Amino acid sequence: MPLVLKLEGITKAFPGVLANDRIDLTLEQGEIHALLGENGAGKSTLMNILYGLYQPDGGRISLRPRDQANTASQTASTDGLVEVKIRNPNDAITQGIGMVHQHFMLIPPLTVTENVMLGTESTRGVVFLDRADAAGRIRKISEQYGLEVDPDAYIRDLPVGVQQRVEIVKLLYREADILILDEPSAVLTPQEVDRLFSTISNLVDQGKSIIFITHKLREVMEIANRITVLRDGRVVGTTTPEQTTQAELAAMMVGRHVELAVHKEPAAPGEVVLAVQDLQVLDDRQNLAVAGVSFKVKEGEIFGIAGVQGNGQTELVEALTGLRASIGGEVRILGAVITSATPRKILEKGVAHVPEDRQQDGLVLSCPVHDNLVLCNYYLPPFAKGIIIQEDAVIATASELVEEFDVRTPSVFVPTSNLSGGNQQKVIVAREFSRPVRLIIASQPTRGLDVGSIEYIHQRILQKRSEGTAVLLVSPELDEIIVLSDRIAVMYRGQIMDILPAKGVNREYLGLLMAGVEASEAAQSTPPTIEGEERVERVF
Amino acid sequence: MATSVARSQIRAISTGRARRMGLVFLAIGVATLLLLGRGLEAGQKATFGLNPGFKSQAIKIPDLTLPVQPTIYTLAAIILILGAWQLIRGSRSANALLGVVAFCFVFAFLTWAARGKSFNLVGMLGSSLVRATPIALAALCGVMCERSGVVNIGIEGIMLMSAQAAVVVATVTKNLYMGLAAAILTGAIISALHAVMAVSLKVDQVISGTAIIIIGTGATSFIAARFLEKNINGLNNSGTFPVISIPVLSKIPLLGPIFFENGIIVYLMLALIALTHILLFSTKWGLRTRAVGEHPRAADTLGINVYLVRYVSVILGGMIAGVGGAYFTIGSVGRFDEFMTAGKGFIGLAAMIFGKWSPFGAFGSSLLFGFADSLQIKLQILRVHIPSEFLLMAPYLITMVVLAGVVGRAIPPAADGQPYEKQ
Repeated sequence: MPLVLKLEGITKAFPGVLANDRIDLTLEQGEIHALLGENGAGKSTLMNILYGLYQPDGGRISLRPRDQANTASQTASTDGLVEVKIRNPNDAITQGIGMVHQHFMLIPPLTVTENVMLGTESTRGVVFLDRADAAGRIRKISEQYGLEVDPDAYIRDLPVGVQQRVEIVKLLYREADILILDEPSAVLTPQEVDRLFSTISNLVDQGKSIIFITHKLREVMEIANRITVLRDGRVVGTTTPEQTTQAELAAMMVGRHVELAVHKEPAAPGEVVLAVQDLQVLDDRQNLAVAGVSFKVKEGEIFGIAGVQGNGQTELVEALTGLRASIGGEVRILGAVITSATPRKILEKGVAHVPEDRQQDGLVLSCPVHDNLVLCNYYLPPFAKGIIIQEDAVIATASELVEEFDVRTPSVFVPTSNLSGGNQQKVIVAREFSRPVRLIIASQPTRGLDVGSIEYIHQRILQKRSEGTAVLLVSPELDEIIVLSDRIAVMYRGQIMDILPAKGVNREYLGLLMAGVEASEAAQSTPPTIEGEERVERVF
Repeated sequence: MATSVARSQIRAISTGRARRMGLVFLAIGVATLLLLGRGLEAGQKATFGLNPGFKSQAIKIPDLTLPVQPTIYTLAAIILILGAWQLIRGSRSANALLGVVAFCFVFAFLTWAARGKSFNLVGMLGSSLVRATPIALAALCGVMCERSGVVNIGIEGIMLMSAQAAVVVATVTKNLYMGLAAAILTGAIISALHAVMAVSLKVDQVISGTAIIIIGTGATSFIAARFLEKNINGLNNSGTFPVISIPVLSKIPLLGPIFFENGIIVYLMLALIALTHILLFSTKWGLRTRAVGEHPRAADTLGINVYLVRYVSVILGGMIAGVGGAYFTIGSVGRFDEFMTAGKGFIGLAAMIFGKWSPFGAFGSSLLFGFADSLQIKLQILRVHIPSEFLLMAPYLITMVVLAGVVGRAIPPAADGQPYEKQ
């Protein structure tokens, strides 16, 4: 197949880091080229350069010219490619490059049609929008590529899977030939991922070329034609699924041998620590986000809550930690009702909270590391005498914690915002786990972290479990839930669809529940558990 | 099954709110009876004038004379029945009923105030529209700016400077239209300054807006004291735009004198409301503006120039505020006085929020404020025994009640007030 894109020696430096270091990459027509790497390996930077959002410090981008008539006048090299400058997204769009960003670039209060045509609007006269014309074109595209979307629907009413289809339609509407998909499976249920993959094959069959950015090994092996692995801004190597294995790819990504297996002792559940009964919580828009949820978490077990983001998990965790008022039901910790207790009262009961958004809710970023390490108990001796903070005691304790939890920081005095994501999370874990805790509520504890930090945090959580602490783990990463949990609940639209043991659980079954299929119906199409199936592989 | 449980719970919650509204209605009904219905003389009548006081082209119709006591009792009964209905049935259209209840209460109050006297209803409604004009123009300026994601609290300052520019240029050139053009130009220049600070320099937009208010009041006061007072006839005496009667339409009774016998700035305001609506919701530019106000990064990735959109929106908004400024001088009194905008720019912002960032919504809520303003004056003339200070507070009180969110929370554009940083 002919080449459609060639990147040569792309280099980009940000203050303090070399995000892309002389990267070479080629893309053939009709190819799915996976770009694999950890968070921070430079995948997104490279694609943002290709899409014109960043300007490279060095290197060349060559494309197959779109307009054949123009080629004669330009100096095409032997492979038929022409060097281009992509100064902004407009340039990229005119060159036939489209990108689906990891965080969707859709505007919730506008319709599908308005979102898709934005920037290349169909008009009657010069200025008046012609929504009907655009909607017609969208219908034609969705038919041609099997991308079902309703042009008149509002984005805010659509589930993420459909929103992603809208994003792809947006690219096709602009007649893109090279499609960049940035972590497209991160927010989808397993069934939605299958559907996305069939869409992608469909696109490739019709002559489109695809760059697929991901950190999930399983997906790469399943769909890619070629795989390029990036690490620390450099290309480690390019290979194909036939020539490699998951373990080899993992080693390429991380730069050392990675233990993919998680070693977990059998659970020894004790007495009930957290008992939630028919809890109801409203979200910010006064809709019922948690609609009557009941479950129990015991000592020495990890209770995982799976589900696509935005199905009430955030509100549930906020209600359990006292950050959000509930409107019905009851929460007990070790038998004591804490339904309307303050956060401080709850944490004094021995509850540790690792919040979903560590920068927003977990840390005071502008404050030094030592202050962040005592946020839970700064008001108690030895850190306070009356109303006076005892700086010496705080610094001594903080230094010990930094040592014990391997937080990489120049000192405890630097602002927490200077730390990397993984080390920020370690500060939170150090603060929360170093107290005598009976219950850990961890929400997406490894989101966006590097493999080393993920290993470390998983290991710390499992260690707490062996010590007899109850753990409530909330994560949209199904693999993380399956690997760590002892029991799994699936949340959909504020309700728990089913609770089942994690041992031998069937991903397909969980996927159906995550998409809102009732447990009884889901069990008819696929068994909840499969004998002998045990996933122990870690995810990144 | 699971979802139906959820749904019934959601209903339970919203009916709780609806029931509370029912109690509020009942309280208003009782207040109507106790405050307005007591001590009325039997057989007393109230007369509502339905023809404007000024020389009008409209066809004359007979005035409306109502017996005071039965009218107030009937209106109170309607409010009480609606309250009971709301309490029992918990209807979800509580806001529409609130409108009806408010109307009944206000009408009962007017009947009470006009007992044994004559009250020119059409005159008051007409002056409501006129008084709503600067508020609506300020609100429209706010809508333009905030739909693109720029908060502009400096409207008060922009209007003050435009008002002064209008009267000075109109007096010197002896041409009111030149004055209007000067006001629009001033609005454009001052708001361009705001755009530079808010969009390019990424200054906190509230601070930038506050600076514009301070500059506006300071500069106009200085110019007024230093130059205008010394040469009133040469600089500060322009005359005002004449009333234009629109043929045919102005002959319609009731509506004619209210809507179709006004100065040019009122017509301009009505046209701008419609134009802004069309611009925002039916044109390419409007779609881009709304996109930039909601999610600038998304717009950027589609090749839309976020900064350009914001500059143009803010400057267009400033030009509309300039028209609003011109109303104060060449549109109504023909001279400039210090601080003559008297907070109308801020009330305009309240009207924008109350109107949910839409041009027609902003116009509707401006009418409410205009009505409160004109009622206050009317009541002083009628010598109603309510302290005049309290009546003067009415428009501002309504502003606060509205902003406290009686009519449900309004959701601003998602990127409102956030400077856009390119990646």
